[in-house]
Amino acid sequence: MPDALPPHPDRHAPVMLPMTLTVNGTDHTLTLDARTTLLDALREHLHLTGSKKGCDHGQCGACTVLVNGQRVNACLALAVMHQGDHVTTIEGLLGPDGGQHPIQAAFIAHDAFQCGYCTPGQIMSVAGMLAELQAGVPSHAASDVAAAPAPTDAEIRERMSGNLCRCGAYTHIVDAVRALSGGADAQASASAMGTAIATGTQVGRTAAAMAGAVAGAR
Amino acid sequence: MQPFTYERAATPAAAVAAFAAHPGAHYIAGGTNLLDLMKLQIETPAHLVDVSRLPLLEVEDTADGGLRIGALVHNTALASHPAIRARYPVLAEAILAGASGQLRNKATTGGNVMQRTRCNYFYDLARPCNKRQPGAGCAAIGGHTRIHAILGASEHCIATHPSDMAVALQALHAVLHVQGADGERDIPLDALYRLPGDTPHLEYTLAAGELITGVTLPPAPAGRMRYRKVRDRASYAFALVSVAAVLDVQDGRVASVRIALGGVAHKPWRAHAAEAALLGQPATEATFLAAADAELAPARGWGGNDFKIPLARRVIARTLHELAGEA
Repeated sequence: MPDALPPHPDRHAPVMLPMTLTVNGTDHTLTLDARTTLLDALREHLHLTGSKKGCDHGQCGACTVLVNGQRVNACLALAVMHQGDHVTTIEGLLGPDGGQHPIQAAFIAHDAFQCGYCTPGQIMSVAGMLAELQAGVPSHAASDVAAAPAPTDAEIRERMSGNLCRCGAYTHIVDAVRALSGGADAQASASAMGTAIATGTQVGRTAAAMAGAVAGAR
Repeated sequence: MQPFTYERAATPAAAVAAFAAHPGAHYIAGGTNLLDLMKLQIETPAHLVDVSRLPLLEVEDTADGGLRIGALVHNTALASHPAIRARYPVLAEAILAGASGQLRNKATTGGNVMQRTRCNYFYDLARPCNKRQPGAGCAAIGGHTRIHAILGASEHCIATHPSDMAVALQALHAVLHVQGADGERDIPLDALYRLPGDTPHLEYTLAAGELITGVTLPPAPAGRMRYRKVRDRASYAFALVSVAAVLDVQDGRVASVRIALGGVAHKPWRAHAAEAALLGQPATEATFLAAADAELAPARGWGGNDFKIPLARRVIARTLHELAGEA
């Protein structure tokens, strides 16, 4: 309730804060306005423009990144609150050989996009969602929340409902995720899932090792 | 956003002290609701006390067979917890019925119960809202009221509380643990919430600077439990009406029952009248409908939300019917 707030000295002066963000395994030291969201830090200050700003209110999912391996909306996060976390963006989502990630390959194979604006967020959301499935996280689509989840189409749709696609590529996105998660055409599902999960932790471990090395050098 | 100063608190006591030391302070944990409101300048904290790293992440059994949940346990972690899924499935179902995967990974237990309304007029700075500016008036009344309250509202505010999780917590008779400048205290979740009356800007009974540190669930009630949510989309939408219910039927009669409603009031609504009407009665469709009628007798629609009264009636009866059928 703004009216109830007592007057505050220099209410309108920006507050600049030094901070270190660990993104895709690399530490970045920045001085940013306290108001800077994780999304704006990534896009405007680290020039990692793969993460997209759609609604900027947590409704569309275009800004989805992994924080310590878990998918979150980068637009509803303050950068300063994520010091010490391991952030993975679409730029850091790499396949086992350092090239195209299996999720990216599945999106291409299944034509799971049209204009592409929501696609980085969709792909990062899939990466987080596959890890959640493997960890046994239940969903609203389950008839029994105590049971182990199965990657049915209904589960995929429910679990991906935080990512909007205004072109309406949903049907093909479900096809791509089904292929990755053990559905009908799941040639490489196990390895793809393993890779998706490993990416978050692997980047995390690399970053932790780097942080350790830096700390050791001090 | 308006500028703010920032600090990360290391202990709950340090957080409480930091809050007290800064006029216009606000706690932030998951931030999924607060940052949204700060971007719109509906919330304009002068100082943020980051409580997201406090050691409040445990889910532990209590001595009497209940469960204590740390305030910072994320929604995904809580819904996935084996003890919640096995003993309190209505809570897992309610959490999973809310928000999106991304938001549930960030949103916390303490923050979830403290959400502010999603009333369109509260969000629209161009329209009067008694919640934002006491005395300004209510643009919802006479406006589009599809999502608004049918129980416990006032001529000053017809907003609803948006949480799904808190509806299940109400049915489970959860108790909040809070810490403030004057020490720690426990309050039943139901006592956290205020009805709008003529002060809709006052939503919670916490004193300024009181910090939620945890939630305790009493031992799981007997019977079967379920969360049923009706909304405008299949996923990722707030409830028009939701029901959290726990029903124990013995020899064809209702031995015990808990009912809470979402989407219908300024608070997650405990259906005391329905519970009283059911106790000891035959577990039949007619009894369930009569209990819903007892609860909804004081209900009032505002035009666009008139449908919620018969909808709530049927959702209550249907949920109880399903639970009785499975007994």
